[in-house]
Amino acid sequence: MKLVEHFKHGLDAPICLTWELTYACNLACAHCLSSSGRRDPRELSTAECKAVIDELQRMQVFYVNIGGGEPTVRPDFWELLDYAVGHDVGVKFSTNGVRITPERARQLAATDYVDVQISLDGATAEVNDAVRGSGSFDMAMRAMRNLADAGMENFKISVVMTRHNVAQLDEFKSIADTFGAQLRITRLRPSGRGADVWNDLHPTTDQQLQIYDWLVANGEQVLTGDSFFHLNALGSAPLPGLNLCGAGRVVCLIDPVGDVYACPFAIHDEFLAGNIRAPGGFESVWRTSELFARLRQPQSGGACTSCSAYDSCQGGCMAAKFFTGLPLDGPDPECVRGNAELALAVSGMVRPQPDKDHSRATRPVALGMPVAVPDRACDASPLAGLDRR
Amino acid sequence: MDNDTTTQTVARGDESEVEADLLVEDVSIDGMCGVY
Amino acid sequence: MACAVSTETGFDPARPYALAASVSLRPEPFGALVYDFTTRRLSFLKTPQLVDTVRALADQPDATAALLAAAVPAAEHPHYLRALAGLFEAGTIALRPVA
Repeated sequence: MKLVEHFKHGLDAPICLTWELTYACNLACAHCLSSSGRRDPRELSTAECKAVIDELQRMQVFYVNIGGGEPTVRPDFWELLDYAVGHDVGVKFSTNGVRITPERARQLAATDYVDVQISLDGATAEVNDAVRGSGSFDMAMRAMRNLADAGMENFKISVVMTRHNVAQLDEFKSIADTFGAQLRITRLRPSGRGADVWNDLHPTTDQQLQIYDWLVANGEQVLTGDSFFHLNALGSAPLPGLNLCGAGRVVCLIDPVGDVYACPFAIHDEFLAGNIRAPGGFESVWRTSELFARLRQPQSGGACTSCSAYDSCQGGCMAAKFFTGLPLDGPDPECVRGNAELALAVSGMVRPQPDKDHSRATRPVALGMPVAVPDRACDASPLAGLDRR
Repeated sequence: MDNDTTTQTVARGDESEVEADLLVEDVSIDGMCGVY
Repeated sequence: MACAVSTETGFDPARPYALAASVSLRPEPFGALVYDFTTRRLSFLKTPQLVDTVRALADQPDATAALLAAAVPAAEHPHYLRALAGLFEAGTIALRPVA
């Protein structure tokens, strides 16, 4: 049996997992999957984080993808990083570059089993900053320059593909080549604040084909986090990778307050498996959660079973379907055969709202009219806080 | 990577006959949908 | 047969081996997962006998002895030696310094 078949039934421990260390963030990206901005007061303590690492070591989880929010704004970030790699847990962390000084870059280059992933969503400041905020492009470039100068080889540059940056694929590759880094492109999901901007930002049908063709031509050198297998039906060459949803089977998310979700794009009670603070810790959640047991059952293709593309697209992304109000046993909202068009027209007004929001500014209500709240309790101006978006 | 059938990068379903002979299967580590 | 293998890949079944230091092996019901922390590559050992062989390497004087210790049938030795050669090529197993 191929390994991917074993994966569908779940493993006794994740292979790797995403760990969002904090909801605090210095940026306020329009599409943030975790609706980050404000620290949650119930965040795991340093000691609790180390206990999680101890568990991951015992379970032989091979590595963690540390993100957030911006993980490096936690004062204990560097301590936790060292603790993880000192306890047989490899670390890749995702950052906007805010704390990647020349000194930190040298420290990282000298540390084994650590990988760094810089977030960038435009090959130019104009495109990038429209989504990530003024100055964020320069900050990311500075961090990458520092990493390259420090001799950090093959760090990652991770790009979320949007309507406004698909045309820049070659430029992204060129930026990665300039810094000796590896490009990673991933799919935008309608998760977190992504739900607000999905209609405006998700690639068009034509652009999906551009992405697919570009990956077929360049895919050996480019990572994707396996997030484009919903495009496999566009051609006969399957994209490199497992082409499988690993949520709750091979991977999962641990969030800043210890909640365990099937995947970082599914932060919602519907996909909440448990909390690591409960008796039995993370291991008990991974092995005995009802949600995960359900995900590890053979999945029916439902409405997709009769489609010839189902073998290659597997029905697409669970989170993308959920947050666009589509049934999980039907087509993906970006189904390349257009099978979701009718369902989307009907479901459009009944989408589940992300139920966890750590954004610093209130997000627009459904009609697109922003509702202003005071930036601080004593701030009388109704416009305070609006300019952060 | 050599041409030896014993170790091969994962490819899709049409390799199932050859796959039965494989003792080692390599897997793309970034190929885990659901991580950053 | 063994000579052909060693010419192609540098793997010599008559020498002592062990799992490389940067590699973690995690047994599973269906075999084992093997992760290399330096190359960040993940592999899957698909039979319990291959898992037993790889784990036996460190305690055996050479690869052939590890096959015997893992009770791999003689008829399958060439197949398993080719698998070990591939693991050696990939850096998953490495020559063990002789004491």
